[in-house]
Amino acid sequence: MSGLAVRDLVVRFGATTAVDTVSLDIELGTVVALLGPSGCGKSTLLRAVAGLESLTAGSVAWGGADLAGLPVHRRRFGLMFQDGQLFPHRDVGGNVEFGLRMAGVDRAERAERVAELLELVGLAGYERRPVSTLSGGEQQRVALAQSLAPRPELLLLDEPLSSLDRTLRERLVGELSAILSKTRTTALYVTHDHDEAFTVADQVAVMAAGRLLQTAPPQRLWRHPADRSVAAILGYRWFAPATSLGLDGAAMAALRPESLVVDAEGPLTGRVLDHRFTRGGITVRVDVDNLGEVEARTPHLDPPTVGGLVRLRVEPAAVALFG
Amino acid sequence: MDRNGGRLTAAGYALTAIVPLAFLGLFFAWPVASIIGRGFVADGALDLSAFSEVMARERTWRIIGFTVAQATAGTALAVLLGLPGAYVLYRLRFPGRTAARALVTVPFVLPTVVVGVAFRSLLVEGGAFGSLGADGTFGAVVAALVFFNYAVVVRTVGSMWAHLDPRPEQTARALGASPWRAFREVTLPALTPAIASAASLVFLFCATAFGTVLVLGGLGYRTVETEIWVQTTQFLDLRTAAVLSVVQLGVVAGSLALAAWSRRRREVALRLRAGATDDHLVRRCDLPLVAFTTVVVGGLIVTPLTSLVLRSLRTPEGWGLGNYTNLATTGSRDALEVTVWRAALTSLRIAVDATWIAMTVGVLIAFLLSRRPRQPAARRTIGVLDGLFMLPLGVSAVTVGFGFLITLNRPPVDLRSSIVLVPIAQALVAIPLVIRTLLPVLRAVDQRLRDAAAVLGANPRWVFTAVDLPVLGRSLGLAVGFCFAVSLGEFGATSFLSRPDRPTLPVVIFRLIGHPGTGNLGMALAASVVLAMLTTGVIAVAERLRVHSAGADL
Repeated sequence: MSGLAVRDLVVRFGATTAVDTVSLDIELGTVVALLGPSGCGKSTLLRAVAGLESLTAGSVAWGGADLAGLPVHRRRFGLMFQDGQLFPHRDVGGNVEFGLRMAGVDRAERAERVAELLELVGLAGYERRPVSTLSGGEQQRVALAQSLAPRPELLLLDEPLSSLDRTLRERLVGELSAILSKTRTTALYVTHDHDEAFTVADQVAVMAAGRLLQTAPPQRLWRHPADRSVAAILGYRWFAPATSLGLDGAAMAALRPESLVVDAEGPLTGRVLDHRFTRGGITVRVDVDNLGEVEARTPHLDPPTVGGLVRLRVEPAAVALFG
Repeated sequence: MDRNGGRLTAAGYALTAIVPLAFLGLFFAWPVASIIGRGFVADGALDLSAFSEVMARERTWRIIGFTVAQATAGTALAVLLGLPGAYVLYRLRFPGRTAARALVTVPFVLPTVVVGVAFRSLLVEGGAFGSLGADGTFGAVVAALVFFNYAVVVRTVGSMWAHLDPRPEQTARALGASPWRAFREVTLPALTPAIASAASLVFLFCATAFGTVLVLGGLGYRTVETEIWVQTTQFLDLRTAAVLSVVQLGVVAGSLALAAWSRRRREVALRLRAGATDDHLVRRCDLPLVAFTTVVVGGLIVTPLTSLVLRSLRTPEGWGLGNYTNLATTGSRDALEVTVWRAALTSLRIAVDATWIAMTVGVLIAFLLSRRPRQPAARRTIGVLDGLFMLPLGVSAVTVGFGFLITLNRPPVDLRSSIVLVPIAQALVAIPLVIRTLLPVLRAVDQRLRDAAAVLGANPRWVFTAVDLPVLGRSLGLAVGFCFAVSLGEFGATSFLSRPDRPTLPVVIFRLIGHPGTGNLGMALAASVVLAMLTTGVIAVAERLRVHSAGADL
């Protein structure tokens, strides 16, 4: 057994159980995203793997060897936080080479590796810049270079892009994903943002209230969440028996605003309550028989009349089935 | 709406500045100028003969050497012992932590005379360490200075350490740094400004220590401070005292410049930290530091305090309250002119006066320094005032007392015979504390709040009442407590100025120690306990009012 193996892990802080009997595997060279709402224990799980939290029960193993008793600095795991990890009194180069210095790598080799990494994260030539002069996005690039420099066996990323604004985050998540696969880094990526999780991960593990609910590849998770609570964490908001929507293969269907489309030929009928503009179109709030209040997208640029009837069709690719 | 948008006009600033400027001019600048004048001017011309004569004496250099040596040793030890203490008390979570932090702070709020008496109670014959023969030695003085200043290091460094973002250290650990290496390479550089700031403060306190050295050093050990007192009151050599005061002003100015410089660096570093505190339960690897700190706190702080209390309860007839009942007398062989209780009453009365004077001047200065006017000229003026008002920050109490003595005791301002001189001198010592308590709080008030109030139609006075005052409320209480406690324990300036028939409690304690007889020593111990309880009680009440912000610490 290679890679990371977490078995029946429990972390308790006094009376609260932050991580409750979690088991998780990460195969070498793959990225697992740990997805869940804030406060669900995902960061604690990551910190326990890093060795920063003591385990109440269970085990963390790497390459088949139990890590109990192995201090943080001997685990050879990299860490990346959402902010604040850079050493303010060192310049960019000094930050990136820190791990190499700890490993006793000589100066020339360090400089070479630092240049290589800054090139990789798109900051070539930034070595002598003070970190305080960098923008948030640049700081996170330096943080990535810093954590990758000593070639960690496993990279632990704790909401690495959460402090950045949306546009930058969407751009960086793509770059980050490309860098992780290019360097064939094994990684655990903690996030509360499903777009991020689905973009970077080979496997997504969904967590809530300290427990791991489901682990699956993005595609499968998206189409077949284990149950209603997983579907809700993924952003599905309305639930109905699959047959009532003319779908089969499972007992229940989960819908999100993209799942229903206004279509004159559609099989469902509902009354328009109101509508609003959203990214890329108009979202209509509709009261549908047997389904209750739902939201639907319309391909038309002019919105339907409030109070009038509309017909809706189901977009099968945007519906999840479970149970 | 008013054109200035609720901000003070230039005239408003001038009016607010005039009271503190007049006060500091009369009671600080003038006495200091007189001291320098006495040292360097004779018959209206520059005359360096007194200076060169005093500086040519071997005795002077021995005293300067001792002052610097004791301050350096005290600072080094306080920092070395205080760093582990800061870690244990501010980074670890354990039951009784609040009580432990309070215990560590007790010495700092004790009057210096009481600190001296507490250590003497250990070191004199019959004390717990009487057999060491350490009474009146360098070691005894340094130990007392460390006792007094340990809290400065623990609290200054600790409050910063508690708010230090833990992630750089965790990152360093993940990148392969051992705990010690991560501390050295990441945490220590982040703490350096706080350590430098604490060390320069401690150096200042050690270099200007007066009461402790006078009580513990006996006649053998003199610092510049005690020598000024001896030259003035015993030898009546005011010229030598003036020259030494100038030397002391130089020492103070030097350490103040160092403190200001390190504080600026600390403020830069402060921006980098997260708001939340980060602490953790005691882990096995923390045990050596916990044990070390327990020994330090036990040996350095608990032992002298316990010894003081225990010995105050010991009378020639055995255990009892005899020493306390004697406080209603004037001591054996009439060591005093008044009873100790009367002196305590005098102390309380003076403290009330000193407090309102210091608060009036301190609040005005803090208010002025916290403003950020829009006009560049006004901004520059505030910058100059900032430097000016900070001058008395570390002035040695002895210099104040000596300066008053040679300035205000004859026409045109003859206050020597009036009793206002003592509270004014004490207020001068307390004003820097008032400013340091209030200014960070005022500066932390979001200027946008004031602007919003002004936009809603408030004039400057209303802005202050509606925005600043509510924020300031608790800190005002804290500042009042500080003033009161400082005044109660003040000895350096008071020892020059108090009239024999109206001594304060610290003066009485010092006199009792100087008089032979176990009865007098017992009374000094009992009076020290009373004074210690008064000041710690006042501070304890005031501390409850402290607004919890790291900037306002110490």
